[in-house]
Amino acid sequence: MSINFDKALGIHEQALQVRHKRNEVLATNIANADTPGYKAQDIDFKAVLSQSAAAGQTSQLAMRTTNSGHISAAQDTRSDALPMDLKYRVPTQPSEDGNTVDTHKEQAEFADNAMRYQATLQFLGSRFSGMKSVLQGGR
Amino acid sequence: MANPLNVAASAMNAQMLRLNTVASNMANADTVSGSEEGAYRSRQPVFATVMDQQREVIGVAVTGVVESDAPVAKRYEPGHPQADAEGYIYSSNVNTMEEMANMMSASRAYQNNAEVFSTTKTLMLRALQLGQQ
Repeated sequence: MSINFDKALGIHEQALQVRHKRNEVLATNIANADTPGYKAQDIDFKAVLSQSAAAGQTSQLAMRTTNSGHISAAQDTRSDALPMDLKYRVPTQPSEDGNTVDTHKEQAEFADNAMRYQATLQFLGSRFSGMKSVLQGGR
Repeated sequence: MANPLNVAASAMNAQMLRLNTVASNMANADTVSGSEEGAYRSRQPVFATVMDQQREVIGVAVTGVVESDAPVAKRYEPGHPQADAEGYIYSSNVNTMEEMANMMSASRAYQNNAEVFSTTKTLMLRALQLGQQ
C-alpha cells in the first residue's frame, strides 16, 4: 500500500484549479468594466468541476504502457488542459456602448470566489495535516 | 492562461492613463488661443480588450487618445494679448462637469482593480503555504 495523493486530496485539487481559473475570468471582467463592446464572461463551476473530475477519473484507470510501441489511452489532464468553456453573462442593464459588465455583480462574485478558494485551501491543508499525523503515528 | 495579477495591473495602467487625460483636460479648461485650430480640445482615451492567440482575454489596453470634436467657444475680447485681428479668442471645449464624473469613474475602477490585485495576491500566498501548518 502506498500513499496516493490523488486519493488523499480528493476533489479539492481540481476544485482549486477551477477556482483559480474563475478568479482569473472575474478579474478580466472587472478589468474591462469600461471597455466598449466587452461581454462579461463566467464559468459554470459545477459543470466544469464535474468534467475535470471525470477527466481525472479516467486517467487513474488508464492502461499502463510497458513497451514503446504501446499507444497511451490516457487523456491529457494537465491543468491547462482543463475543459473551461466560458459562458457569457446575461446583462441586467445593457449599456449603450455594448459593454455588459455589471461591476457590483462582478465584485460580489469575485469576493464569493475568493472565499471559496480559501475554503478549498483549508480543506487541502487539513488533508495534509491528517496525512502528517498518520505518518507520525498520531504523536 | 492569463495571470489575474497581470490583468488587474493592465487595467490599473489604463485607468491611470484615463486619470492623466482628465488631469490634463482640467488643467487646460481655461486656456485660450488666438485661432480656432490652436484651441485646446479635450482628450479621451480609447480602451480595448487584449486577447491572446487562443482568443482568451488577458487584459485591457489603451489603443489611442482621441480629441473631442465638440465646438470650441469663441469670445470677443479685443484687449486680450492673444486675440486675433478681429478681437476674438478661442477657449477650450473641455466640459468640467463631464471631466469630474470621468475622474470619479476612473478612480473607482482603479480601486476595484487594486482590490482584485491584493485579493489575488493573498490567495496565491496562501496556496504557497499549503501543508506548512
